[in-house]
Amino acid sequence: MEAFTVHTGRAVPLRRSNVDTDQIIPAVWLKQVSRTGFEKGLFSAWREDPDFVLNDPAHQGASILLAGPDFGTGSSREHAVWALQQYGFRVVIAPRFGDIFRNNSTKMGLLPVVLPASVVEDLQSAVETDPALEITVDLRERRVSWAGRSAGFEIDDYTRWRLTEGLDDIGLTLRNADDIGAYENGRQPWLPTTV
Amino acid sequence: MGRTLAEKVWERHVVRRAEGEPDLLYIDLHLIHEVTSPQAFDGLRMAERPVRRPELTIATEDHNVPTVRGPIEDPVSRTQVETLRKNCAEFGIRLHPMGDAGQGVVHIIGPQFGLTQPGMTIVCGDSHTSTHGAFGGIAFGIGTSEVEHVLATQTLPAYRPRTMAVEVAGELPAGVTAKDLILAIIAKIGTGGGQGHIIEYRGEAIRGLSMEGRMTVCNMSIEAGARAGMIAPDETTFAYLKGRPHAPRGEMWDAAVEYWRSLATDEDAVFDTVVEVDASALTPFVTWGTNPGQGAPLGSSVPDPDDTGDPAAARRALEYMGLTAGTPLREVEVDTVFVGSCTNGRLEDLRAAADVLRGRRVVTRTLIVPGSMLVKLQAEQEGLHEVFRAAGAEWREAGCSMCLGMNPDTLAPGERSASTSNRNFEGRQGKGGRTHLVSPQVAAATAVTGKLTAPADLV
Ligand code: SF4
Repeated sequence: MEAFTVHTGRAVPLRRSNVDTDQIIPAVWLKQVSRTGFEKGLFSAWREDPDFVLNDPAHQGASILLAGPDFGTGSSREHAVWALQQYGFRVVIAPRFGDIFRNNSTKMGLLPVVLPASVVEDLQSAVETDPALEITVDLRERRVSWAGRSAGFEIDDYTRWRLTEGLDDIGLTLRNADDIGAYENGRQPWLPTTV
Repeated sequence: MGRTLAEKVWERHVVRRAEGEPDLLYIDLHLIHEVTSPQAFDGLRMAERPVRRPELTIATEDHNVPTVRGPIEDPVSRTQVETLRKNCAEFGIRLHPMGDAGQGVVHIIGPQFGLTQPGMTIVCGDSHTSTHGAFGGIAFGIGTSEVEHVLATQTLPAYRPRTMAVEVAGELPAGVTAKDLILAIIAKIGTGGGQGHIIEYRGEAIRGLSMEGRMTVCNMSIEAGARAGMIAPDETTFAYLKGRPHAPRGEMWDAAVEYWRSLATDEDAVFDTVVEVDASALTPFVTWGTNPGQGAPLGSSVPDPDDTGDPAAARRALEYMGLTAGTPLREVEVDTVFVGSCTNGRLEDLRAAADVLRGRRVVTRTLIVPGSMLVKLQAEQEGLHEVFRAAGAEWREAGCSMCLGMNPDTLAPGERSASTSNRNFEGRQGKGGRTHLVSPQVAAATAVTGKLTAPADLV
């Protein structure tokens, strides 16, 4: 996983609430067995509309998505995270995220940033007025800054450490393989196996 | 202070706890299907890691499978299913492929085999894993990176969610089902209301539900934003489990039941959030919008967006759904009826639909899709397929089918369905398709009239 410390980029305002992962990437895109090529599926139904904000030339090359409340609800498909990353997003800022989407993002190094709804709306307005506006997201300082303003955000220390170091979760867990073995010795004898 | 059911099950599975880190949680059962697993197996291969406990893992083919007999026509779907077969063979995982008597939707087969038991931790790369919480375990959906993590370590690092009690007082009136109840609960707490929580469903109406009904309720916890939903195990749970292929036997059964009884939330335990619902006031419930929280009693009308909590979202939803505020929901005409999915694709659901359709004719395209091959077999032993066919409905093979339209069962743009599944998102059942979530009873009655209808409305 690519480490995430500080990122500066332009943003796209997506003024919709409850954007579920079926909208981020429709099911027909889930048939792939590889991990690449999902950028074409990102918001594919909505992108057919020329007025959809992602089609606005002013926002081409943006790397920060400014979303509405409850972004990424619904299906557990990690393809939603892959699609956002492969399209070029490094950060999604929203007032609230679906739990699984948020988890999947932090596993892949796409940073989900929770800011109060009023701050997200201010950011969206600022970007609508000036699409070239640069926003800086500093994970080490847990702070988003733009146009002389800034707002702090919360993220737990462990996830922040993992992301800033770019560490592989499985490798970390396997350091505790002895604990797993010890736990397995004490499992209840009636627990089922699939064989 | 006493502990809740969720806290008891969680604590029992903590492998490692360290200050400032998530708990490392042991996973008792890992369910796998073709859609969210291929990249996880690839990851294992790249890192040259084995599957730690293949015997705690089980796989099925469900999302892509056609529900008419024959091979998968779509080459991309076929590749995905073949990839699962290859991966399961390589890593030694039990698989129930298409055509196998044990095949079915991943959340139907776990309980059916008795693999889903009280007090367990169960995960799957699928958000409706919450279904299994009906037995009193912690069951939740995970992404593909986490699927790989569980395959490699049989554990997951996770922070313990907060606890929410949904207290359902009173009894459900006749003709009101578990599906109506959960749709009403979601409309009340909202699609984000359960975020960061495990919901425990409690109270008289919950105790009165069958295991099938409890699974319907827990299944849709994710639609309220909660990752897991659970119900304390009781005599209904034990009676359902006893004698199933993977349930404990003999002395083990007695020891297990004794432990399972100890899991119930202590009387002095405190939940972080409590929501109260009066079951006796409920009536059949349907959705009108494009998220499962946008629902209303069937007897009411399409709401005015300004009267809803999120007017902008409601306006967008009505435009997508082609509905006008003030239209009575009973006048909404549908083209297709779908009975099936991990929400309502069990035997009890098919019986309920058959009871409505017996001696009647459908006027819509009507798909009846059993949740598993075993459900199909049992339904046929009871002659339910004859009832459906005589009514003009299509009786299909097991799979996810029109729940998400990855196989050929889809809505055309603008088509409208009454569906017993769990998601009415834009395009969920096919691009441009419009979905109304309903119970199996309402689905069947709707098939008879062509408009959203409750069985009680039929003469
Ligand atoms: S039936 Fe629907 S919700 Fe259930 S597992 Fe299949 S696609 Fe997912």
